[in-house]
Amino acid sequence: MTIVESEETPLELESAEGEPPADKPLGAFTRPQGGNGWKDWLFTVDHKKIGIMYGAAGLLFFIIGGIYALFMRLQLSRPGNSILSAETYNQVFTMHGVIMIFLAAIPLGAAFANYLIPLQIGARDVAFPRLNAFSFWVFLGGGLFLLSSMFIGGWWENSPDGGWFAYSPNTGVLFSPSKGIDFFAIGLQITGIASLVGAINLIVTVLNMRAPGMTLMKMPILTWMLFIVQLLLLFAMPVISIALFLLTFDRLFGANFFNVAEGADPLLWQHLFWIFGHPEVYVLILPSFGVISEIIPTFSRKPIFGYPFMVFSGIAIGFMGWGVWAHHMFASGVGPVAVAAFSVSTMFIAVPTGVKILNWLATMWGGRIRFTTPMLYATAVVAMFTIGGLSGVTHSLAAADSQQTDTYYIVAHFHYVIFGGIILGFFGGFYFWWPKIFGYFLSEKIGKSSFWVMVIGFNLTFGPMHILGLQGMSRRIQTYSSGQGFDLWNLVATIGAFMIAIATAMFIWNVISSRKAFKAGETQAPGPDPWDARSLEWMTASPVPEHNFDETIHVEKQDEFWHRKWGKNEEGQVVRRATAEEVAHDGSNTNVHLPSPSYWPLVAAAGLPIIGYGLIYSLWLCVLGGLFVLGGLYGWVFEPVDDPNADDHHDDHEDGSHAELESAGVTSSGEETTIE
Amino acid sequence: MLYKDRIGPTDLGPEEMFDIPFTSVSSFVLLMSSLTVVLAITALRRNDIRRSRIWLLSTALLGAIFVGGQVYEFTAFYREGLGYTTNLFGTAFFTLTGFHGVHVTVGIIFLMSMYIQSMRGRLTSAQEERLEIIGLYWHFVDVVWIVIFTIVYLFPQ
Repeated sequence: MTIVESEETPLELESAEGEPPADKPLGAFTRPQGGNGWKDWLFTVDHKKIGIMYGAAGLLFFIIGGIYALFMRLQLSRPGNSILSAETYNQVFTMHGVIMIFLAAIPLGAAFANYLIPLQIGARDVAFPRLNAFSFWVFLGGGLFLLSSMFIGGWWENSPDGGWFAYSPNTGVLFSPSKGIDFFAIGLQITGIASLVGAINLIVTVLNMRAPGMTLMKMPILTWMLFIVQLLLLFAMPVISIALFLLTFDRLFGANFFNVAEGADPLLWQHLFWIFGHPEVYVLILPSFGVISEIIPTFSRKPIFGYPFMVFSGIAIGFMGWGVWAHHMFASGVGPVAVAAFSVSTMFIAVPTGVKILNWLATMWGGRIRFTTPMLYATAVVAMFTIGGLSGVTHSLAAADSQQTDTYYIVAHFHYVIFGGIILGFFGGFYFWWPKIFGYFLSEKIGKSSFWVMVIGFNLTFGPMHILGLQGMSRRIQTYSSGQGFDLWNLVATIGAFMIAIATAMFIWNVISSRKAFKAGETQAPGPDPWDARSLEWMTASPVPEHNFDETIHVEKQDEFWHRKWGKNEEGQVVRRATAEEVAHDGSNTNVHLPSPSYWPLVAAAGLPIIGYGLIYSLWLCVLGGLFVLGGLYGWVFEPVDDPNADDHHDDHEDGSHAELESAGVTSSGEETTIE
Repeated sequence: MLYKDRIGPTDLGPEEMFDIPFTSVSSFVLLMSSLTVVLAITALRRNDIRRSRIWLLSTALLGAIFVGGQVYEFTAFYREGLGYTTNLFGTAFFTLTGFHGVHVTVGIIFLMSMYIQSMRGRLTSAQEERLEIIGLYWHFVDVVWIVIFTIVYLFPQ
């Protein structure tokens, strides 16, 4: 809807750059004028740039978290090792978990959501572009805040050490006297704000900004899954926020929420955490499900099998995800009735996931499959996630689970779903959308070999952990003595971990070398649609121009782009009607109004980590941080609207919904923009 | 609710502390401010700038009276010996109502910002939506107070 059709009306504003805004209510609050280089990235409100920054930050944190993992594996490679002390080991596994979940997996999902949702629904940008920038900077600030705990107040003195779920009262001041848990609680609070803001933004985008004719049931599966993820975040994030507030107040101000001596319930934290924590698992996995639901049909040359089943099983997972949290607490003493109920609901939630797996297999069945790198990753996800899912079902049997709790069997299970399901899917997504995003192919040769190194390394790392766990090796223990039968498999796991590291390095090398080869003219430009794909993001030039689409796309069918390229002849055979180049936009339209960049999201976001340090060290810093937030918000509100017409023609907005939409670039001064 | 009856060895529980008539009056004041903010919005919609300013100011004033009542209540409780760290009831009560008070204060800052805008002639019927958004926030804060008042103050132990 944000696209203005050029053939109907010439547009009011050239683009983000151009003449300065006519109206400056308060002189200080001008907007940055386009620009280039680093400024362009700092003040951008473009969903594509924000998506790329999410991806880059997520990958960076993934590598940092991976380095922690390598240290752990080195420590465990042989019995009685002493690379890490017990205290440091606690900090390392906590930081590994926190970074991988909150700073790598969530933002990588957010990267796909930011970049692809507007493109897949045919919109120009998200509903609230400045909020989008805000949520990225808040996330980055929170992430760096968490990481800084390593250095501040001494090397490895103040890192969180309570595990990623930080059970209280163990995390109270009494048992965790260092400032690590403060960093944990406040850092996650900040990144939680980012997720919450992003979720609201993307929900509004999906509900309001779809191209004309694209009903909900014509949206690509990826957009559907990401939409469900945002709804989960919207309801799950407040729960963890409250829990973290309670914990922070306990630690900083001497509150009694988790003070058992005063009669507090020691299980309160566990309930709150897992009511957030289990939906969070689906927040992590559903984007990956969406990614491979785009890759598999494209490379099988078949539409996705059972589209409505895919959508509704996603919704079912989203709902049922709220009813299984206590299966993390079977060993905590929640009582036999609760254990039985959550046992059953945990078995049930395997059903919609199984539906998805069958649908992917049925999509591939009889298809003309091209095993490109993205397709290899997608099939690996189906296989590896199935293994992880099956070991998950074994946890639903409470009797068995009470034996498996806190052993390496659990570690094996959740790495099969998180690494095998999520990270492999995201790597497939990188290879799939890389030509669309950056305008050059990643090398298939390096891609395929790094794929095999990664998948074999992954299975070597986490496969043996099943055995170790069933042999009784407990997780979160920094060493073991020889003669317990743990030696061999631990060594194998360490070798596997380094293979994953090599595969990740190969991916980075692939990015660098492929870019160099493309610049040197050795590889072809991908064109708008290199894979003969199905959804709308392939219907514009690669890399995607700043304004996304040249004109509004009127959608009639699911997989609209495919149906414009292919049709049936009289004999019912599928034949090509048009080439992708004929159908796709070439990105030449310069008459599309775009939201202007803005300083204020960055300013407001910068205040939050300052407040965080203030809470821990000196309340004066809080005042400074508060001024940043307040100044950022006032600047945000008072900065001029970038559309010269918007100030004089408020009467156009009969629906009374202009304020934020203006910043989204909606200029409803003609009939060509309809708000879907 | 979970923590209301867990007051430990002290006798500083909700029964002893709450002054229901006083809080009822301040709750009434807060709820009336929802009415005045609606009046401000409708006045602005008619482009009746003068009335909208009056109602804006009275909304902020009613909110401030409520926050003042809360400050009085907090100090009274504290004098009677119920501090933030005294027992679970104190912790839960001060956190819950304190958070609400902060939200009301933020709302007052919003309203006063709009009032200043209005005095500078930048709040006319064209910008009515801005006030409407703040009005929505104000209603939200009020509705939350209805829930808090019912659960924390009125429900029997």
